[in-house]
Amino acid sequence: MKPVVEVENLSKLYRLGGIGASSLRESLETLLGKKKTRPAPGASDARSGSDPNSFWALKDVSFSVNPGEVVGILGRNGAGKSTLLKILSRITEPTSGRAILRGRVVSLLEVGTGFHPELTGRENIFLNGAILGMKRAEIAAKFDEIVEFSEVGKFIDTPVKRYSSGMFVRLAFAVAAHLEPEILLIDEVLAVGDAGFQKKCLGKMDEVASQHGRTVFFVSHNIAAVSALCDNVILIEGGRCVMRDVPSKVISHYFSSILPEDQASDGQIFWSGDAKAPGNAEVSLRGLKLCGSAGVPQSTFEADEPFSVEIYFEIKQRLRGARFNLSFSTLEGEIAFVATDHIYQFENLEPGEYRSVCQVPGKLLNRRKYRVGLHFGIPGDRMLIDQADYLEVTIGGVGNQATIFPDQAWPGIVCPKIEWQVERFSGAFQPSKIG
Amino acid sequence: MAEVKAPPNYEIVIEPSRGWFRLRWDELWEYRDLLVILVQRDFISRYKQTLLGPLWHVLQPVVMTIVFAIVFGRIAGIPTDGIPTPLFYLCGLLAWNYFAQNITAGGATFISNAHIFGKVYFPRLIVPLSIVAANLVAFFLQTIPFALFFIYYKVTGDHAPEVQLTWRLLLLPLPLLHIAVLSLGISLLMSASTAKYRDLVHLNQFIIQLWMFATPIIYPISKIPEHWKWLIWANPMSVPVEAFRYILLGRGSLQVSEIVISVLVAIVSLFAGIAAFQKVEKTVVDSL
Repeated sequence: MKPVVEVENLSKLYRLGGIGASSLRESLETLLGKKKTRPAPGASDARSGSDPNSFWALKDVSFSVNPGEVVGILGRNGAGKSTLLKILSRITEPTSGRAILRGRVVSLLEVGTGFHPELTGRENIFLNGAILGMKRAEIAAKFDEIVEFSEVGKFIDTPVKRYSSGMFVRLAFAVAAHLEPEILLIDEVLAVGDAGFQKKCLGKMDEVASQHGRTVFFVSHNIAAVSALCDNVILIEGGRCVMRDVPSKVISHYFSSILPEDQASDGQIFWSGDAKAPGNAEVSLRGLKLCGSAGVPQSTFEADEPFSVEIYFEIKQRLRGARFNLSFSTLEGEIAFVATDHIYQFENLEPGEYRSVCQVPGKLLNRRKYRVGLHFGIPGDRMLIDQADYLEVTIGGVGNQATIFPDQAWPGIVCPKIEWQVERFSGAFQPSKIG
Repeated sequence: MAEVKAPPNYEIVIEPSRGWFRLRWDELWEYRDLLVILVQRDFISRYKQTLLGPLWHVLQPVVMTIVFAIVFGRIAGIPTDGIPTPLFYLCGLLAWNYFAQNITAGGATFISNAHIFGKVYFPRLIVPLSIVAANLVAFFLQTIPFALFFIYYKVTGDHAPEVQLTWRLLLLPLPLLHIAVLSLGISLLMSASTAKYRDLVHLNQFIIQLWMFATPIIYPISKIPEHWKWLIWANPMSVPVEAFRYILLGRGSLQVSEIVISVLVAIVSLFAGIAAFQKVEKTVVDSL
């Protein structure tokens, strides 16, 4: 049996100068030799082509897929998975290489593409179906099924602008779910709707793949869905296909590869002169640094890993009873915890340079971003450095509750490691007698 | 239940395209239902939900005609070849508005559909084609004021020789098709250029306005000095506008050579438009 999808050395070169609509003036200037050189973000990495203003979003990607396979595509943002899907959907052309798709293809890069608010649900089903490549007769044949699946019922002849967002999404997915292509390309569409409907959609997808023998490409950040639905997963990193294996292996590789790149980002802030440094005539903040066990500043830590916050400051006039309050808060501004060095601080701070280090234990924080802020003052007397956030720290990894969904938030501002004990318990439960 | 299966051995090859012209008729035909539904969408969204939508298409040419009659007829004193003033202007506007509406909407194909084009593949040509088809509805609405004035002059009996319905009416689809082909070509060229250079959108608006004055809508060709006439015939819209006048009002100066050249220009612009459009559509999504 021939593979249903064959991808050979597929590559896509993006010109950074060309991103965003260019203007006629720019082109004329280029033509006349007054070259516009836009700074190329990240162009120095390995993906840049010979021209510094271009980079390979995809480079020599090859794989093949057999009929009926459900293939997940995993990768960080910007790894190239959307580009791959766009090329396979024929939305944009590859720069080189080729792909052969044997069968009708439907790509769902979003649900409800082309829905028109003025049209009724009924009219939009036909419009959306036709945009996705269905014939009018096919849509008509499936119409009742689509309406039933969408649970929109009697509102089918109401303009969709009056729909709730839930109804809108349900109708849109219902159309998508009833397409009958041999190859289905799906991007993130399951990240919509309420949990109940999502479950229904996942069930429908599973049915499409397993019972109807269709080939499904599934790009998602929902690792749970990827591991539940996919037969195998392609891992894309830096525009290259780096791994193809069963979901469990790829997912664990994916997690282990998440951290290194982020460590390059700062995790520290320093002020060289007094002019900009927070403080006043008595004290001045010199810097703030987040360090893991390696002792180098970094801004991303595993949830179970302890790290330290180092505060560098200079005392210019003798201070008595001053202390730091260090805060960790969410991006929304909710305080996770505040730690103070009050009982550790010098009673009298003589002029000079100091360092105050807070050890943040591992197995405490949730997998999310926090802002690290502080203030310095003498309780009951006066504030010397006002409260402000200075750094951002990302807590990642598996998380303290050993959940494997990286982009699905675990509830709670913090997420401490909690010990459990589960055992077989013989004997009836008896309320303990008190006294 | 009607099951429509994809043909066996259906194979899509995705690779960088070569050559500058690759019109895939079979694919366009495959998506004919989408074309029809897009026309329907346009019709419903423009006319079903609003009262003013259809009314606008009736009022706009009437208001324009009144303005023209005052400014160009009375003040500037430009004659209308013995044709009743309202009929003269309305006839020209009938042809012109269809053209202008096509290129205004069609010229922004990539910009106004950037979102859909970024999410789904279908032959992009379907969109400008559907615009040219959908604007026929507006065209027929605009024939209403013309017909009313026509009947009025017929009943009152003035200008009897001009106000005469003849067999020539059967020829009307020809200049209409001429305008459709020309405007499709121009809108493809415009949408290709505006996708690449966003600032051209404003220029295009300006061109459309100027173009109208370069077309014999508010003045008859007979009033153009002989040595400037070539300029009028260099305008590919002159022939269809004159043809409209000839067919509907029995006045108009047309020669076979002019018609042939104008039709050729329309066809060449269509092919040039398709080529430019296809060059842009391959990777336009990357820059929209």
